[in-house]
Amino acid sequence: MRLKLVPQHTNWNFFSRPALWLGISALLVLLSVASFAVRGLNYGIDFQGGTTIRTQSAQPVDVAAYRAALDGLGLGDVVISEVFDPSFGPDQNVAMVRIQAQEGQEAVTADVIEQARGALTEVAEDIRFTSVESVGPKVSGELIQTAFIAVALAIAAVLVYIWLRFEWQFALGAVVALAHDVLVTLGIFSLLQIRFDLAIIAALLTIVGYSINDTVVIFDRVRENLIKFKTRDLKDLLNLSINETLSRTFMTSATTLLALIALIVLGGDVIRGFVFAMIWGVLVGTYSTVFVASAILLRLGVKRDWTKPSGDQTGNQFGDVDA
Amino acid sequence: MLQIETWKRVLVWAVVALGVILALPNLFYERVERYNDAEAAIELGADTPENRAAAEAWLDFLPSGLVNLGLDLRGGAHLLAEVELQDVYETRMESLWPQVRDTLREARDEIGTIRLQPSEPGVLRVRISQPEGMPRAVELVRGLSQPVASVTAAGAQSLDVSAEGDELVVTLSEAERRASDDRTMQQTLEIVRRRIDEVGTREPTIQRQGADRILIQVPGIGSAAELKAIIGTTAQLTFQPVVSRTSDPDQSAGVGNEILPSLDQEGVYYVLETAPVVTGEDLVDAQPSFDQNGRPAVNFRFNPSGARAFGDYTAENIGNPFAIVLDEEVISAPVIQSHIPGGSGIITGDFTVEESTNLAILLRAGALPAELTFLEERTIGPELGQDSIDAGQVATVVAFVAVLVFMGLSYGLFGLFANVALILNIALIFGLLSLIGATLTLPGIAGIVLTVGMAVDANVLIFERIREEVAEGRKPARAIELGYEKALSAIVDANLTTFITALILYVMGSGPVRGFAVTLGFGILTSVFTAIFVTRLLIVMWFERRRPKTIEV
Repeated sequence: MRLKLVPQHTNWNFFSRPALWLGISALLVLLSVASFAVRGLNYGIDFQGGTTIRTQSAQPVDVAAYRAALDGLGLGDVVISEVFDPSFGPDQNVAMVRIQAQEGQEAVTADVIEQARGALTEVAEDIRFTSVESVGPKVSGELIQTAFIAVALAIAAVLVYIWLRFEWQFALGAVVALAHDVLVTLGIFSLLQIRFDLAIIAALLTIVGYSINDTVVIFDRVRENLIKFKTRDLKDLLNLSINETLSRTFMTSATTLLALIALIVLGGDVIRGFVFAMIWGVLVGTYSTVFVASAILLRLGVKRDWTKPSGDQTGNQFGDVDA
Repeated sequence: MLQIETWKRVLVWAVVALGVILALPNLFYERVERYNDAEAAIELGADTPENRAAAEAWLDFLPSGLVNLGLDLRGGAHLLAEVELQDVYETRMESLWPQVRDTLREARDEIGTIRLQPSEPGVLRVRISQPEGMPRAVELVRGLSQPVASVTAAGAQSLDVSAEGDELVVTLSEAERRASDDRTMQQTLEIVRRRIDEVGTREPTIQRQGADRILIQVPGIGSAAELKAIIGTTAQLTFQPVVSRTSDPDQSAGVGNEILPSLDQEGVYYVLETAPVVTGEDLVDAQPSFDQNGRPAVNFRFNPSGARAFGDYTAENIGNPFAIVLDEEVISAPVIQSHIPGGSGIITGDFTVEESTNLAILLRAGALPAELTFLEERTIGPELGQDSIDAGQVATVVAFVAVLVFMGLSYGLFGLFANVALILNIALIFGLLSLIGATLTLPGIAGIVLTVGMAVDANVLIFERIREEVAEGRKPARAIELGYEKALSAIVDANLTTFITALILYVMGSGPVRGFAVTLGFGILTSVFTAIFVTRLLIVMWFERRRPKTIEV
């Protein structure tokens, strides 16, 4: 007996209310943009400059006492938060202290760290600084720019690739879906105010990769079916293609999510934000393949005569790309 | 029908075996690391019994390449520094002045008297009393210009000389600035490397980034502050003539002079001639030592040209003080007692033993040609790194087992084939990473875990296809063959697009993000290889033995 996430044969209609799903997706994007505009992102020091100090002590973290100790130093805006993780032992009490970029300085001076260390040692004698990271405003400005360029480039590259391998309608559908995934991910980070740093950009690009992976597999099947059923209604054809690949969609999402869940539970707090972004991305990416990319393809329509460029054999279609 | 030529089979197994062997050292990480260190030490002549023992703990014929652990896993310090390139223009112009002065003096009849004017940094302004001689003056100074020593700027001259009224304006030409920037960066990299080597840490990364930046990563060092103490000082040593001593730092120093504070006496300032007699560049050696009173000091020796310049100057200026200046601070200003011909000397000051040792290192390694500004610094403690490794290992193992079980339950025997491929896939990733000496970071581990999840995708695509073909009533062999054939285009498209994003991530990213891009990219390559070639081979081999009438995927 096999484990099956979905029945072998399904005949679900994914396009009974296409306008509704596109509307929901558009709403999600709008909400994300609104949240982004109103609340902004909780930028980490990578993008905003400043210093974060990770402290560890056998004594419980007393945020108020930490704050009192640091406020006297005149370091400007100081944010202190306690970090919890199931992997911490009983004498592992971790806090993150975030100090804003100091006026007129690129990176933090040793003085500031020494002062902070001195002040915090008065509160908890055994306090240790397990990491100290400091980024100057000059670099952080560039980092954010590079990050956005990277995401834009990735989407553009995918657009070109799909366009070359399929048709422009496919490319457009895939890219709208990608933009949707990225924006909705930014939205959840803005809404929950999860710290947004360089690793999250890596996660965003991975989401782009995963989502496109998912979309391409379905599009590939659509192309195959377009050749096979030359006169079938496009809506039926899309439904058929999605249903045929549904088992694979669920399997791959499931194994990826299994791995990611192991990572978010056991991988430690340092990469939790990163893994969270990926889990979110897998869910959103799988959703957008069907309800955004394919729905847009349905709206745009595709050319129906596929006999000319590639013949009947699907298996050797990428021969023309290698050449 | 299902057939794979023998040479292809051999090739596939050879690649797999190679990958596994290359990955093997990572299972014995500490032992191999000690082996590598010991081998390197023996190479350098440290043939101690301990090193011998460590060198024998690993077999010589096995590869010993390891995956480097990134700073976030091993702990250490990371600095991003910007080199103040324009410092060099300034120094160049300052040292050009005596030459310009001497050249123009020779033509005094035509251009009259000359006077250095105050100017912005990196520009030399000279007023001449007979403006009608300006063309001659420009011509003379142009004579000091040299062709730029750079391939890209063939034919360009090093100086831009122009006239503004009765003022002669000299700056470095654009081509020379570019050539100078390049030299400055090379020198800075070299000197930073020498200084870090003097301290002796394992595998530091010292890289140029962009036009004017240097990335420095030193594993195992306690903090970025420690690292900054070594490389943050420019250590420019000069010997300059003293004009006078003063307590007023705002006093007008006069053109061609500068006012510098004393290092150890508060409120004491010296007026010095800007052009030095000798600089630290003429030093050949510097060693920590003690002066006659037993206080820490630094002994130094000049090279022949430095020794000559210093000897001549002391012979002409007996009874006058000169200043030993380090990074714009006067360490001491002794009075010249006699002609000093030997080319060696001692720097005394209010040093601790540690400071004199550090100063000697800095002087030996050479001065940085320009100041460094630190834009980014990160210190990761070794314990946090170890915690991350531990957590990463547990997560990887759990993710791995979960996916293996899941695949087994979903696809039965075929799932087991995919699982074998998945295990080999991880080995291949580590083999590749070790081969090119890539750096594994925490996001890199996440990349591997993600690969574990996504690597099965190719096999899932194939198996689902085979299921469909079987459902359509095809014979097992044909179903398998068609399954692979038809799934191929989707696999290639899907993985190529993901690979494109990994590539962009690698090019645009830095540090940990780049580590993630590397593992993700390699994971795509190896997973496609194992899915298409390895599982196929496994299935074909199984098929040849059993010849099943029906298959259940």
